[in-house]
Amino acid sequence: MSLDKETVRKIATLARIKVDEDALEPLAGELNNILGWVEQLSEVDTEGVPPMTSVVATEAYQRPDRVTDGDKVEEILANAPEEAQGFFVVPKVIE
Amino acid sequence: MSDLLRGRTGEWELVIGLEVHAQVIADAKLFSGAATSFGAEPNEQVSFVDAGMPGMLPVLNETCVRQAVLTGLALNAEVNLQSVFARKNYFYPDMPQGYQISQYEEPIIGEGEIIIDLPGDETRTVGIERLHLEQDAGKSVHDRHPKKSYIDLNRSGVTLMEIVSKPDMRSAEQAAAYVTKLRAILRYIGSCDGNMQEGSLRCDANVSVRRLGEALGLRCEIKNLNSIRFMRQAIEYEAARQIEIIEDGGTVDQETRLFDSAKGETRSMRSKEDAHDYRYFPDPDLLPLRLSQDYVDALKQSLPELPEAKKQRFMQAFGLSAYDASVLVAERETADYFENVAEGRDPKLAANWVISELFGRLNRGEIPLAESPVSAASLGGLIDLISDDTISGRIAKDVFTEMFDTGRAAADIVEEKGLRQVTDTGALEATVEKIMADNPDRVADYRGGNQKLVGWFMGQIMKASQGKANPQMVNELLRKKLAE
Repeated sequence: MSLDKETVRKIATLARIKVDEDALEPLAGELNNILGWVEQLSEVDTEGVPPMTSVVATEAYQRPDRVTDGDKVEEILANAPEEAQGFFVVPKVIE
Repeated sequence: MSDLLRGRTGEWELVIGLEVHAQVIADAKLFSGAATSFGAEPNEQVSFVDAGMPGMLPVLNETCVRQAVLTGLALNAEVNLQSVFARKNYFYPDMPQGYQISQYEEPIIGEGEIIIDLPGDETRTVGIERLHLEQDAGKSVHDRHPKKSYIDLNRSGVTLMEIVSKPDMRSAEQAAAYVTKLRAILRYIGSCDGNMQEGSLRCDANVSVRRLGEALGLRCEIKNLNSIRFMRQAIEYEAARQIEIIEDGGTVDQETRLFDSAKGETRSMRSKEDAHDYRYFPDPDLLPLRLSQDYVDALKQSLPELPEAKKQRFMQAFGLSAYDASVLVAERETADYFENVAEGRDPKLAANWVISELFGRLNRGEIPLAESPVSAASLGGLIDLISDDTISGRIAKDVFTEMFDTGRAAADIVEEKGLRQVTDTGALEATVEKIMADNPDRVADYRGGNQKLVGWFMGQIMKASQGKANPQMVNELLRKKLAE
């Protein structure tokens, strides 16, 4: 698997990360190195081995349906760049 | 009945699949302990998990899992004993994590089906593709500021079931019947309150058109239809739009569209071509969800009688028509009310009174059944008075109006107003004879061969008795006297 410059540009856009034009080519090289390294794993024969979804052999914990949290508007909004009347305030997001 | 649509160049078949988002009834959210009730102040029901703060760990709510399994069982669907939560990645201000926790390749519920009720006592089976659990996003408010959007995360993290149908519907009417039946099932088992106005049940419709026998056409997805009426309008508009494009030699763009209920039309919503690149992957914060067969079997045992089974029972045990039965089973409360009225009485008579008279009055006054001034026992009392000939059906309607307005018992009203049916032969004979004596010309006319006059005499006699004469007895007496 190999990534080209355009794919890297698209991934950056999807992840909302600004990447300068002249950084795209080197980044593609770095990502390809990572992919190449991970690809070594495919050399292992995993025929008949079920995919491992977790390193811990345990069930997903389910908590009881009780209200134990919330009611802390100030803390929730503490880091918001802008707030008003209990809302987060962001640039208009409707066309 | 043909569901085909007529264009300028021939007939078109409409193909519809629906995605319904149903908010799960639970006190707390899917992965946090914040409350879910409707109408709280902005951001009051938000935990750090729901706000997407770093380092917070989602923990699954057991009630939401149970609700999804119950719903799957009610849809005759396969329950997957292992399912996996996945991240659906996209950015939007009302989704602070930058991804929605959903299920992708391994949903909790697989294929099932719903039998929908159509006019003319017809039914149709619509396939269910899957049901999965996911988080809702927050709410953006755009009308508080000219240049800003306001974000309320109270809904962020609330549990939704996304229920995806197969593209099995062929008209807007069938789509409406599907949502109606699905909503009834969800309400029966109590997994969703079905309130479309408050957004507890929302619909996206996938609509395409094709000439009969051809492969599926390119579809458009219409988002966020929040009433059945709007859904019908949107589907009908969209079908006509697509047919026109193709008949003009164009092609339909596969895209997401929004229904504008003020204008009654759909318009394109997202233009970005990579908008749908969600890069799903299993959520590393959550282990696969494993259920035991015992757990599933126990839930299956706990299911109440569902609308379809109840409808069949009402038709078979009570001899009701498919239409009457489907009206009565639409809500569990309605069906229970009817069964209480019908208990030990003529079920068809009971169905008529519940559907025509009671529902008629309740609908006109927009009164919920729970607040009906006439209880099931009370309506049963009225029907008893009809069945034992104490009052006529005609008088019973007046008594019912009085019951509805005052909440009093039928027997009391009948006693107080002296509405008892006159069944005393002597008294009825006297009335019949008086009317005949007052109208000798008509009597002669009848005896001369104008048999139709019997109706006129009946009317006069009933009027003279203020509607209290027993009509069958009057009819017999009258015919006998006229024939003398």
